[in-house]
Amino acid sequence: MRTGRILGWAVLAVIVVATVFPFWWMVRTALTPAGDLFTDNAGLLPQNPTLINFARVLGLTSEAEARAAGGSGAHIDFARYILNSAIYCTLIAGFQTLFCAMAGYAFARLRFPGRDLVFAVLISALMVPPIFTLLPNFVLVKDLGLMNTMAGMVAPTILMTPFAVFFLRQFFLSLPRDVEEAAILDGNGPWGIFWRIALPMSRGPLITIGLTTIVWAWKDFLWPLLVGRGEDNRLVTVALGVFLQQSPNTQPDWTGLMAASTLSVLPVLVLLVLMGKRLVQSLNFTGSK
Amino acid sequence: MSSTRQRDDRRAAWWFLIPALAGFAVFYGYPAVRGAWYSVTDYTLLNTPSFVGAENYTTLVNDGKFWYSLLVTGWYVILNIGSQTVLALGVAALMHRLTRSVVLRATLLLPWLVPNVTVALLWMWLLDTNLGFVNHLLTAIGLDTVGFLTDATWAMPSIAAINTWAYTGYTALLLYAGMLQIPQYLYEGASIDGAGEWRMFRSITLPLLRPVLALVLVVSLIGSFQIFDTIAVTTQGDPASATRALYYFIYEQAFTYFKMGYAAAAAVFLTLILGVLTAIQMRLLRASRSDLA
Repeated sequence: MRTGRILGWAVLAVIVVATVFPFWWMVRTALTPAGDLFTDNAGLLPQNPTLINFARVLGLTSEAEARAAGGSGAHIDFARYILNSAIYCTLIAGFQTLFCAMAGYAFARLRFPGRDLVFAVLISALMVPPIFTLLPNFVLVKDLGLMNTMAGMVAPTILMTPFAVFFLRQFFLSLPRDVEEAAILDGNGPWGIFWRIALPMSRGPLITIGLTTIVWAWKDFLWPLLVGRGEDNRLVTVALGVFLQQSPNTQPDWTGLMAASTLSVLPVLVLLVLMGKRLVQSLNFTGSK
Repeated sequence: MSSTRQRDDRRAAWWFLIPALAGFAVFYGYPAVRGAWYSVTDYTLLNTPSFVGAENYTTLVNDGKFWYSLLVTGWYVILNIGSQTVLALGVAALMHRLTRSVVLRATLLLPWLVPNVTVALLWMWLLDTNLGFVNHLLTAIGLDTVGFLTDATWAMPSIAAINTWAYTGYTALLLYAGMLQIPQYLYEGASIDGAGEWRMFRSITLPLLRPVLALVLVVSLIGSFQIFDTIAVTTQGDPASATRALYYFIYEQAFTYFKMGYAAAAAVFLTLILGVLTAIQMRLLRASRSDLA
């Protein structure tokens, strides 16, 4: 039995190394001078560590310096792209969670004609894959003149997603009714109950939906690629794709790309350190997106 | 008092629902109808669409490239879901029997939190034919280098492996959460009866996990069918169409060739496949609730 446990731990250790090592190699490459890539590629640490790759993807070097360090010299500013992504995530997670909580509450608790029918229609959107609505939504955003604006980028998801409405309705259904009945006797209307009773009681699920939405928005690629390629509102993921295509020679600018990739991971790492426990616990059945 | 009178919150309800209903109407309902309409027109993003009947669909059925992309997608789904599910099940079972560590779980979740684009770039570098770490390893143990993403035979398995790396931890945590619902005394009893770990896994964990496992499997399948980001970054459908999966095929038709009508018809096809899978998912969601409540 003991050898079995040791073996089990050994397997888990291998999995952890396989999970973490690629990230280490990313950081290691980011710290390596581009000229050393051919010779210095064995050790766990670079022989001549440098921060030049970070400096140039943050747009802190001159064009000539960037080119000398292996870049294409095209303008890049990952500080800007990370800020754009942060704004994108915050807008979507904040508003979507609030609006879906309102809708979920109405479907769970308020009485009005056609409630179950409207809910069923809303939920049927879960059956439609994103690419199907993506094509017409692209045309719509283009026709509205919202290409390359933050408004156009957040529009399709900021008001609702069927999953968030479904998830939050399930939660509101499970809230005990007696507290609300007491609040009604105290003279509260539906708004009063929602803001003063229901929302404070659902901090857990709200944080779960908010966090999951932030993670998905941070990873978003296809939609912002289509409507937000412009420099002003370019997200981190889109910027990484553009950066790869800008590579100067036949060989991609690996040291620069890995520096930019490292920057794209940092905010996620902060989130994991701050909210890791919450995030891990939220993975029951919220992940079905 | 309130229970004796039939309440009607009609007026309040509309205020609660306005943002969500507006979002649904404009960005789900309207585009769904519009997408279906495109699929029976010759829309190219530049012209005024005119009705062409089932033309896009008949072209689609006779388009070898479309069927090939479907084949390639199927190959990817089998490789990815197969390896990912088996690995995740193993990891979840090990964690379940060995530890409750939150740090370990958070570490395993890391690849899932990172954008697919970053994951793709990272592995494109690790798998690079000349300078990549994996090929260094292969040369070090005396093997030939492999063009993981440039060789038609290896490209799709490599992409499947990349996404298995990215999603195994996440899937394992979902399965692990399901395993935590299995009563502990079952294992204690079996242990007293002298059952080994493998025996307990087969006769306790697997059967009781089945509803959760089925649900996780369907959710992963739906995601897997929509493989796009990794392909868009690493291979763009090449070499020799070996990685031109359905989602990428649709994307190219729409935004490289501007055949919006044709792309919409292919999207209708994908919707049908995923619709069936989602319907199964909804059933399982209900089933897993009642089983584990």
